[in-house]
Amino acid sequence: MELNRVAVTGISAMCGVGNSMDEVWANLIEGKSGISTIPDIDLEKWPVQFAGQVKGFEISEDLLDKKEQPRFDRFIHFALHCADEAIKQANLIGAYDPYMVGSIFGTGLGGLPEIEKTASILENKGPRRVSPFFIPAFIPNMAPGKISMRYNFRGVNYATSSACASASHAIGAAVSEIMLGRQDAIVTGGSEAVLTNLSFAGFASMKALSKWNDKPSQASRPFDIDRNGFVMGEGAGIIILENYEKAKARGAKILAEVVGFGATADAYHITSPHPEGEGTVPCMLQALKNANIKPEDIDYINAHGTSTPLGDIAETNAIKKVFGDHAKKLNVSSTKSMHGHLLGAAGGLESVICIKALIEGVIPPTINLDNQDPECDLNYTPNKAIKRDITYALNNSFGFGGTNSTTIFKKC
Amino acid sequence: MEMQDKVIAIVSEAANVEAANISAGTSFVDDLNLDSLDMVEMMMKMEEEFGVEIPEDKTEDLKTISDVTNFIKNNAN
Repeated sequence: MELNRVAVTGISAMCGVGNSMDEVWANLIEGKSGISTIPDIDLEKWPVQFAGQVKGFEISEDLLDKKEQPRFDRFIHFALHCADEAIKQANLIGAYDPYMVGSIFGTGLGGLPEIEKTASILENKGPRRVSPFFIPAFIPNMAPGKISMRYNFRGVNYATSSACASASHAIGAAVSEIMLGRQDAIVTGGSEAVLTNLSFAGFASMKALSKWNDKPSQASRPFDIDRNGFVMGEGAGIIILENYEKAKARGAKILAEVVGFGATADAYHITSPHPEGEGTVPCMLQALKNANIKPEDIDYINAHGTSTPLGDIAETNAIKKVFGDHAKKLNVSSTKSMHGHLLGAAGGLESVICIKALIEGVIPPTINLDNQDPECDLNYTPNKAIKRDITYALNNSFGFGGTNSTTIFKKC
Repeated sequence: MEMQDKVIAIVSEAANVEAANISAGTSFVDDLNLDSLDMVEMMMKMEEEFGVEIPEDKTEDLKTISDVTNFIKNNAN
């Protein structure tokens, strides 16, 4: 059976460094950090007081009117905001039979803020005060659900949840739908907005977060010897995928092509990566095989690189196993150094960054890489963006539960 | 504020419709297009504001502003 090629025709992102694609990209290639102290946080109470917060964002009333705004948690606001930018760029409205356009969309923790707020109402005021809009406000698939309602996209519609690989798995599933010809176009990627007491407390309790409260913009420092945990971020990254030939036939501008996807499990530990890369190595190899290219074809890897002591070394070793001598010739970067870890949305944002790198011929840097860890010995594009004409870019996203995903994008 | 004006203020917010366009005879479903979830939320706000309990089997009979205003007048403590 011949599989369809998969084109990217629209992209959008928002995170701590900007609320639109252009703003995000401009700041990333300038090496700007979007990580700062959270306003009004109780300094006595909280061991971690900073994050990559989205700033100055209010969804347009055109997308969600004043009555609807409080009925949907923040991750859904982000999803609608970015979906609109990407859908308009792709000129997707009315382009296909509505039943051939879907949305598969990732979120790691969904509407945790709404759950936290409502649990408190339940505790203090009792069950009769729990809003009838509580369940629709937080369920993960309400993000793709609202996208379908807004644009009358009646094809496949669901959410993926695989912790920090959620958006990547959504993209992988969307790619399959289009390759198989079951859908013509899919709005995919992911969204996350859980900068809330419960998630701060939970991740802090795991000792997973950096505690550099006095220098937040330097706290996310993947591959640096002084790295000491990840920094939470929030935001979204959305891509529009289409059947390549059909996109071409309708005159859509093709931004890039998705050529390979791999997904595996470590089958090892609930939160620690497998030290020998027994999940991540086959994951990258599977994506290369799926793309029908050689390891030497890859020019850029947007690493998972969360700035944790164990994770960055494990990923470095996995890249060396997969790419051999070529590992030192390719550019790696972890843009989490600037936008923090978007958890379930990470693979969405970072896929968008790979696509921009292919289009612009610019690789965004890993900032705060002052003293490279000797055990992390690749070219991580330290501190300054570089110009490099690239053909293939690879994105890794790994999640708690030992889940892995790799996506490969090709320049068009 | 008159009881009815307070009721209208709550309905105005729930329906995202200006208070000036809502009167005693305004129907929640026919005129304001509220769905079943909107209705539950609105009745919850009435209970909070006026300290009354509106039993579930009663809400079906409360179709207009004046229905609600009268119910509250007759049942408020």
